[in-house]
Amino acid sequence: MQIAARHLDKITIFDISGDIDLATSPQLRKALLHEFRELKMPRVVLNLGGVRYIDSSGVASLVEGLKASRDVGSRFILFGLNRTVREVLQLSKLVRIFEIYENEAQSVAP
Amino acid sequence: MSRSSLLLKIELRSNPEMLCVVRNALGQLAAMQGFSEAECREVVLAVDEALTNIIRHAYHGDAEQPIEASFRRIHASPDGESGDALEIVLEDHGVTANPEKMCGRALEDVKPGGLGLHFIRQCMDTVEFSRSNDRNQLTLRKFLHVHKSEKGS
Repeated sequence: MQIAARHLDKITIFDISGDIDLATSPQLRKALLHEFRELKMPRVVLNLGGVRYIDSSGVASLVEGLKASRDVGSRFILFGLNRTVREVLQLSKLVRIFEIYENEAQSVAP
Repeated sequence: MSRSSLLLKIELRSNPEMLCVVRNALGQLAAMQGFSEAECREVVLAVDEALTNIIRHAYHGDAEQPIEASFRRIHASPDGESGDALEIVLEDHGVTANPEKMCGRALEDVKPGGLGLHFIRQCMDTVEFSRSNDRNQLTLRKFLHVHKSEKGS
């Protein structure tokens, strides 16, 4: 898994690619918690368009990110969900708790 | 009664970095058996989650412990109707699974963790756990061309 960070005003955008699994999800969790807890970023956007695979540990990292965002009053947004990622989120029954958009323009809109 | 033929056997270490290797091999194996793309993704997810549980709970994250994974094509009778299935058996020497933890968690609880077993049960037709001679054995089966409404697990 690779994580590339971009910044747009007070928004952090993470472009994620590869597999999010037991081996790589701690890296994603650490990056998300750093943005919310340390940097107090008001909005963090996750571009999942390049994600080939996600498992329950990846979903757990997203849930932890969401909880951290709520703790500091920030927004945590997902976009670019391909079929594989969407299937797993739907299987988890947690898809409804996330703020999800189709594209980056919608995700960074005021 | 069932008959089976061994398709693949893998001996791996309980290293999380090996999971992607198993996923890639299993995805191709499932496709070769005639499963649809969506079914292949389900099989891969279930086995990945089962291996993750072994690494995390049976071996407590120790990356050097042995896991055996065998993949067979079987002909068995789910609910009285015979059919072909992919049978996956995962064996480890770790601590016994806690039956209470095997129940998974309520999906209404929005919290990280506890999803793996739910995924396994959703993706496979049968899930059986046993322990003998200090070995945990998890047997997963997915039948070919059986709709979910016809399943019995």
